[in-house]
Amino acid sequence: MRREMLDGAAAITRGALDAGCDFYAGYPITPASGILSHMLRELPKVGGVGLQCEDEISSIGHCIGAAAAGATVFTATSGPGLSLYSENIGLAIMMEIPLVIAVSQRLGPATGAATAVAQGDIQFMRWCTSGGYPVIVLSPTNIPESYHLTKRAFQLAKRFRSPVFLATDKETVMTTESIAESAVSTKAKNAPDWPAIPAEPVGNPLVPFQIDGTIHHYTGSSHNKAGHITKDPEIIAEFNAKLADKIVSRTAEISLIKADLQKGAKTLILSYGISARSMEAAVKQLRSADKKVSALTIYSLWPIPEKQILNCLKGIRRIIIPEMNHGQYRREIERLVTPDIELLGVNRVDTILITPEEIVEAFYA
Amino acid sequence: MPEIVPETYIAEQNLPYDFCPGCSHGQILGALNKSLLQQQLDPSEVVIVTDIGCVGLSDKYFVTHAFHGLHGRSITYASGIKMQNPNLKVVVLIGDGGCGIGGHHLLNAARTNTDVTVLVFNNFNFGMTGGQHSVTTPLNSITATTALGSSDAPMDIAGTAQVNGGGFVARATAFDKDLPDVITKAMKHDGFALLDIWELCTAYYVARNDFGRKEMLGYMDSMQMKSGILQETKRPGFQTRYKALKQQSKNQDKLKSLLLETKYASTLDKPISIVLAGAAGQKVVSAGNLLATAATLSGLWASIRADFPITIQTGFSVAEIIISPEPVLYSGIIKPDIAALIAAEGKTKITRLTKEMDQADTIYFAAGLGEVDSGAKKIPLLFPEGIVKSIKKNISILTAAMLVQELDIFPFKALREAVRKIQKTKVAEINLEILANFEENK
Repeated sequence: MRREMLDGAAAITRGALDAGCDFYAGYPITPASGILSHMLRELPKVGGVGLQCEDEISSIGHCIGAAAAGATVFTATSGPGLSLYSENIGLAIMMEIPLVIAVSQRLGPATGAATAVAQGDIQFMRWCTSGGYPVIVLSPTNIPESYHLTKRAFQLAKRFRSPVFLATDKETVMTTESIAESAVSTKAKNAPDWPAIPAEPVGNPLVPFQIDGTIHHYTGSSHNKAGHITKDPEIIAEFNAKLADKIVSRTAEISLIKADLQKGAKTLILSYGISARSMEAAVKQLRSADKKVSALTIYSLWPIPEKQILNCLKGIRRIIIPEMNHGQYRREIERLVTPDIELLGVNRVDTILITPEEIVEAFYA
Repeated sequence: MPEIVPETYIAEQNLPYDFCPGCSHGQILGALNKSLLQQQLDPSEVVIVTDIGCVGLSDKYFVTHAFHGLHGRSITYASGIKMQNPNLKVVVLIGDGGCGIGGHHLLNAARTNTDVTVLVFNNFNFGMTGGQHSVTTPLNSITATTALGSSDAPMDIAGTAQVNGGGFVARATAFDKDLPDVITKAMKHDGFALLDIWELCTAYYVARNDFGRKEMLGYMDSMQMKSGILQETKRPGFQTRYKALKQQSKNQDKLKSLLLETKYASTLDKPISIVLAGAAGQKVVSAGNLLATAATLSGLWASIRADFPITIQTGFSVAEIIISPEPVLYSGIIKPDIAALIAAEGKTKITRLTKEMDQADTIYFAAGLGEVDSGAKKIPLLFPEGIVKSIKKNISILTAAMLVQELDIFPFKALREAVRKIQKTKVAEINLEILANFEENK
């Protein structure tokens, strides 16, 4: 039996490299700096580019420019950096630039309890652009999933020509753990059994700037198919509808959950990211006490996998939602389910991971 | 020589320019066209990068590639494009407004010497939004937002690029006959090239101030800001330097996984949590890593997280380790099974944890740290006198060794193997010598 020890930063780095990432630009911020160091060290070895820029605005600006010139780009930050990324995330959406952004969440607001674990930026990721256009957000619960979901984020970014977030956190990125051999490699024996993402892009493929006699325009302004600025209401309406629709209409393709349902269970615990591990530990405790309980881990936070969630609600009278914020995903579930289902949040925003015992207590409440 | 060289780089179907009558923007674009003709470039070899302001309307007038981004950020996109494809000629067209909001990018691009050419359309105010004051607005000028006259010192854009190491820096006016030649020189320069081109905004700045071509030249003199090439260095551009880095890195080892073969056995049947609480410089985290690695070598699963202040070599250093017969799900520690108090800083830091501990738990404490408000059993950390040269210096590894013996979770050999596996040769040698003083678990 062979195992290895590594942290989430190394797993994410390997995922990005194995996905063909050849460009990274970032700015130091705990708890995402591990990814920056790894990427800057590894990329030049494989002929890629790894940069530390003067700030987060420049970092994402470099990524977007490089992507327009054909690079497969990646950047990582935390809440304060995401604030600075936000204006250019809108640009990436408008230009339809494939861009993977890992957000290693820490407790805010502002500098917050630097540097402690949190899950307070999941609504921020979804809504960080003016206009409110949809993005894709994936969230791993452990180190092997950090690797596999990073790879998947690149596939989704390419297919949808859109920013794709990896919503992770301080605990997952900075804790070193032993994992099974090859759990974090292209040779992963137990690679998750997730449906493949089609390789071909939705809509027109991105054509990079290159010296081949063909000319291309990229712009953050409303534009026609040739990339030229337009004020024609019909063209603008069609383009903006497409920006939203290309993701929303393919929610089923993006949706990724792990359902651990138990027959006869009336309570479902629903969680994501680091809190899903506390959920899993709590479910073990409850089942060993002969309690019936179902568990649902959400990997694709946005767009919300509504159908998959609703499919798990047969016989469910109550949903417990542990998350390290004030109930940001609970509000999404609230609008999704019928009012006769009771919703109960288990929330912490005090630097301490939600304990399995707190979830067990909520079950008995 | 490229196969396709056009007679003009201007997209003539989009003419005339949308600029206001008398605006100098068209003149600068004409000079850029002349420069491109001088260089005989394939249009697909050139990327024009713009951002917000009237100058941002310019890209549609060229038959080259174009990238139109957000206010003041054009230099960052341009640098990214050039990093990805150094064969492209990347030209930024930016206003004085963009140089204000993007000043940080401008001065850092000069520092890195990223190989892009920046043409500053400097007309001393914001044209697009109605003539508000900008970073280059001359003192006492009337603008839409300085009714009594601007009182801020104007920014010297060329000077900023110059003092921050920009490879090629020039100051010019839109009326200079040699402007195409200077643009060509700038584009051929390997490194950051900036042309601070002064010009007239007839709609606002000229209309509100007595400021024509003659006055602009007079102002240039009065500010002692000379026109012409101000700086030309031989420092290679960032992309050239990065190419060398790529070459150097080529044969370096890639990110490898450290595989740990299960060599030893363990009888552990439930998770155990251990907190090592010491001070910076005591190699506390290193000792924690050894415990976690030794556990993994013994077929167990482990997690380790480190906590220390942002400053180094001072304050606490804490390692939280969980060792478990199953993969660790909850990596937090609320009530440790074992706490080792190695230094006062660490002891204070984990007060919250030691308070939670009860008689089922054990606190090991170094000399002088035995006074703890906790229900846990307390055992002094005692190391055999004389066998180790400096207990103080090696207290973390000694503590780890003692815990391995006391807890008997896995064989002592596993700890030695962990030292060999994860520590650098020199450190490993020292630590193996220390561990030689310990016997196998009872």
